[in-house]
Amino acid sequence: MPESVNAIAFGILAVAAVGGSVGVLASHNVVHAAFWVLEVMLALAGLFLLLSAEFLALVQVLVYAGAVSVLLLFVIMLTLRRREDAIRPLDASLGAAALALTFGGIVFAGLSRFSAPEVAMPGAPLDTAALGMLLFDLEGGWVLPFEIASLVLLVALVAAVWWSGEGKRR
Amino acid sequence: MTVGLEVVLGLAAVLFALGLYGAVSKRSAVMVLMSLELMAGAVNLNLIAFSRFTTPALATGQFFAIFSMVVSAAEIGLGLALVLAIYRQSRSVELSTMERLKG
Repeated sequence: MPESVNAIAFGILAVAAVGGSVGVLASHNVVHAAFWVLEVMLALAGLFLLLSAEFLALVQVLVYAGAVSVLLLFVIMLTLRRREDAIRPLDASLGAAALALTFGGIVFAGLSRFSAPEVAMPGAPLDTAALGMLLFDLEGGWVLPFEIASLVLLVALVAAVWWSGEGKRR
Repeated sequence: MTVGLEVVLGLAAVLFALGLYGAVSKRSAVMVLMSLELMAGAVNLNLIAFSRFTTPALATGQFFAIFSMVVSAAEIGLGLALVLAIYRQSRSVELSTMERLKG
């Protein structure tokens, strides 16, 4: 795939992603919305694969489709006392629609006068091993941001346990 | 039949606008967090598309996407922990029960 990506696969995945997002917003049932989120995340993983980011596609499946959806479903399960609580009104809001439409309009107005720079494509797309070599390259690599990211994850892990734990002191 | 950078950016803009609508309009904290995930996914798609079409050899956008995924994974974990903590106090996940946070 030298300069572009396959339009048919892209079209199918784009329809899946947009349709899934509409499904999230249009679901009366919170559990259905969580499953639509799962579908959107899988479609996004397919799009990443299409954009030759194979490592990120797998991370997307593992982290978002795997962990985050399960987390969402667990929280929904823990915060519902009755089965009927899962059914919610759609919360339609004219102001929010106007905000989202304004945002979309501005972005599309910008895109209409945007032209992508012409860049020579390398022969083969970057595979995961090459990505790791670039990530941990000591000169011009991403070692310090990587360590900071792992610290962020550790702090978030401890804080999530702290907040969600029962807490004897309270 | 090929797809260029502009089309991917347009798709990401649509996804982000849908997530924005949900994040502003929904009244359940869990639904707001789901909409935030949609927005984060659109941002990652943008980063990877830029990486694919402008720096294919250096993959700078892919590294940005990795770090953005880390941050949004931490955000969803903390957000759901907060939802659970608030649910224990007020027995509800409605955003309207959090109005006492207003100054």
